[in-house]
Amino acid sequence: MLGRLTIEALPLYSAIAAGGALVTVLGALAAVAVITWLGAWRVLWTDWLTSVDHKRIGVMYVALALIMLLRGFVDAIMMRAQQAVALNSDGYLPPEHFDQVFSSHGTIMIFFMAMPFLTGLINIVAPQQIGARDVAFPYLNAVSLWLTAAGAGLVLVSLVIGKFSTAGWTGYPPYSGAEYNPGVGVDYWIWAVLIAGVGSTLTGINFVVTILRKRAPGMTLMRMPLFAWTTLCTSILMAFAFPAITVVAVLLELDRLLGMHFFTNGGGGNIMNYANLLWIWGHPEVYILILPAFGIYSHVVTTFSGRRLFGYTSLVYATCAIAFLSFTVWLHHFFTMGSSANVNAAFGIATMIIAVPTGVKVFDWLFTMYRGRIRFHVSMMYTLAFIVTFVIGGVSGVLLALPPADYLMHNSTFLVAHFHNMLIPGALFGYFAGLNFWFPKALGFKLDERWGKRSFWCWVIGFYLAFMPLYVLGFMGMPRRMEHYDTAAWQPWLIVAAIGAIFVLFGLVFLVIQIAVSFQRRAELKDWTGDPWNGRTLEWLTSSPPAPYNFATIPEVRERDAFFDMKNRRIAYAKPARYEDISVPRNSPFGLIVGGLAGIVGFAMVWHIWWLSAVALMAAAIAVAVRSSNDDPDDIIPAADIAAREERRLDEMARAPALPSADGGVAAAGAALPGTAT
Amino acid sequence: MTASGGSLAARAGSDAPTEQSAEKAFGFWVYLMTDAVIFALLFATFVVMSTGTAGGPTGKDLFSLPRTFGETMLLLASSTTFGLATVAKTKRVVVRWLLLTILLGLGFVGLEVLEFTGMISRGAGPDRSGYLSAFFTLVGTHGLHVSIGMVCIAVVIGQIVVKGLTEPVSSRLLRLGMFWHFLDIVWIGIFSVVYLPGVL
Repeated sequence: MLGRLTIEALPLYSAIAAGGALVTVLGALAAVAVITWLGAWRVLWTDWLTSVDHKRIGVMYVALALIMLLRGFVDAIMMRAQQAVALNSDGYLPPEHFDQVFSSHGTIMIFFMAMPFLTGLINIVAPQQIGARDVAFPYLNAVSLWLTAAGAGLVLVSLVIGKFSTAGWTGYPPYSGAEYNPGVGVDYWIWAVLIAGVGSTLTGINFVVTILRKRAPGMTLMRMPLFAWTTLCTSILMAFAFPAITVVAVLLELDRLLGMHFFTNGGGGNIMNYANLLWIWGHPEVYILILPAFGIYSHVVTTFSGRRLFGYTSLVYATCAIAFLSFTVWLHHFFTMGSSANVNAAFGIATMIIAVPTGVKVFDWLFTMYRGRIRFHVSMMYTLAFIVTFVIGGVSGVLLALPPADYLMHNSTFLVAHFHNMLIPGALFGYFAGLNFWFPKALGFKLDERWGKRSFWCWVIGFYLAFMPLYVLGFMGMPRRMEHYDTAAWQPWLIVAAIGAIFVLFGLVFLVIQIAVSFQRRAELKDWTGDPWNGRTLEWLTSSPPAPYNFATIPEVRERDAFFDMKNRRIAYAKPARYEDISVPRNSPFGLIVGGLAGIVGFAMVWHIWWLSAVALMAAAIAVAVRSSNDDPDDIIPAADIAAREERRLDEMARAPALPSADGGVAAAGAALPGTAT
Repeated sequence: MTASGGSLAARAGSDAPTEQSAEKAFGFWVYLMTDAVIFALLFATFVVMSTGTAGGPTGKDLFSLPRTFGETMLLLASSTTFGLATVAKTKRVVVRWLLLTILLGLGFVGLEVLEFTGMISRGAGPDRSGYLSAFFTLVGTHGLHVSIGMVCIAVVIGQIVVKGLTEPVSSRLLRLGMFWHFLDIVWIGIFSVVYLPGVL
């Protein structure tokens, strides 16, 4: 009846595992209690869970990412603590548990922190930047969100019921095969990645169509804001790379469930094929994570330097070149697998070539700042920290691209330092910059800058302290993923790294405080104009938060910095001759239902509860069939309502107080108003 | 890939059915490409594993060209009948061609199931060798697609009967047709990469 699910699945085998489970359960209960106490269930259901509005879906993605960031960080600090003390001793984590921790850390940070974070920012911003009222497929968008959430849910559930994978976030066989790993851990990993991966593929399809088909009149490709460009390239990568992880996860599960021989030691299996298939997804994935951040940095740099983007065309070509090249370098993840010297050399050269367009971008950002009037907003500080730090990571990457050097560094902490050095400044700092930059757009009030800067400094200092020692340890020969060790010379460096992790902990705590404080002071931090930073692109034309339809009238684009151009011509807030009815997609629980059922299918497959997975799968198919028979999914917002709402907005803008923080942005937006509203 | 032409008014009415159907068709093309990536990787895996027979039976021992030929004819015929359904003018005729398409599809899947069960009963199941794992997975994934396609055809038949050939329904039919023909192309690949080298 319940497959292999028994009472044994509860994590009572160690106090720490039981504690983790308890924290997860209490966290969920606390969330339920708070929502009930606030009486917010109805609002949560109608305004959020069933919403198909791309801005709200984006906010939910980011919320999911922040929750998973906390969880992934707990894993990280546990590893740092273990390695700081485990010289000639077992430390406090048994090996089995330590292996789960590093596996879930990587899986969470890539699939359930970074992916939802960037997808959320894309959802909030990209449609507005191209002057669109919605994404191409709003219901599909909700399905993507809830599939991602279902995958994340499976990882969280694994903490309470059963165990997570011990095979690392890449799940290499044969160790991840049934022979060496018969438990549920690898299955949790497979189904979480599989379900969330399908969601990401669908997101990719959705945004390829959105960007290519829904741009405002006059917005040619070469007039698109840079974040829209990186969204397009990222979406193409998502659509064409994620099917590879789907395939590799399914094949591994077939090996485990049906005794097939894709990746087994015997029976004609081929383990190397796994590494190839995984990294055919895995390398483009790196650029899926980083390209949106590059787009964010481009907007932050232009806005807070008060200048046009330097070298727009070269940035576009560099983005496209990176997207293309990202499919040609996957083999550098396993130079040591033993391909011929010529094959390794070809992939090594391709890897070095990809550093060229990236370098181009760094110079473009630097030249954009040159002679600009730089405002040190939190987003700008993250951008500056990124430029310096990312170059260090890039140089260590070019070093690793040399196959002979890679043979020495492979699987050492040097590699760990390298990819964290790419992904933390290259992706996460970008998302933080985007969070601080676009938060007022999404929710209508700005984030507190003081706590933002405190968080920033903790993150930057913490990053250097945590990862620079790992470069050194790599040179000293320390392999990655060590549960304990007997080389005394390593320990001081590992203690420094642990101190770095404590700084990052404060960075995270301050981030949470920043959001809480901002929420408390939301009246004071209100964004009256919709354009708090004197922005240049169309997302700043809408109100904050935007109306469900984004734009009452679709703007006509004449310039690359379309909104800046409109402000200069004093037509940004011009009233149209008349308003028209606008149709917006109606709320629907469809996405939530499909995502929930997918999560049940995954859970049932993990525990071999075949009847339950069959039932849930059937129910999902029926939901899709019913939904596909709906010909009238839209609501009409009457022109009169739109007129009233827009009038109210112009009224509010005219009364907007000039904020004492005097960052120049508000004053400029306000100045554009008088000539236009009348 | 032009800069979304059309006047302001046309854009404002984003619910204009033709524009939406065009977007959906484009989205469906992109989806088909992602599915093509899945099949491409399964083909690559099959080729990589074609020597991994682990001393077990090979294609020469297992495949029957006449049966595969029959499957091919059924599937190609079903594509023809689907094509005829999309150009037919009246509800009745469309439904009749679609029912025939399902019938031909059932024949195809039935032959495939017979082939699979026959192989498994002779000890040549997917757990016998890496080669057979790859064979069953590639051909089975295609068969699964055909089966899902038949369910979708049934749903569209239901919509035609209930709603008639409205714009949304016929646009769905069009996209389903793209899917069905796509599976034909994949099958041609399977025929030439899996079966022909196996028996030659």
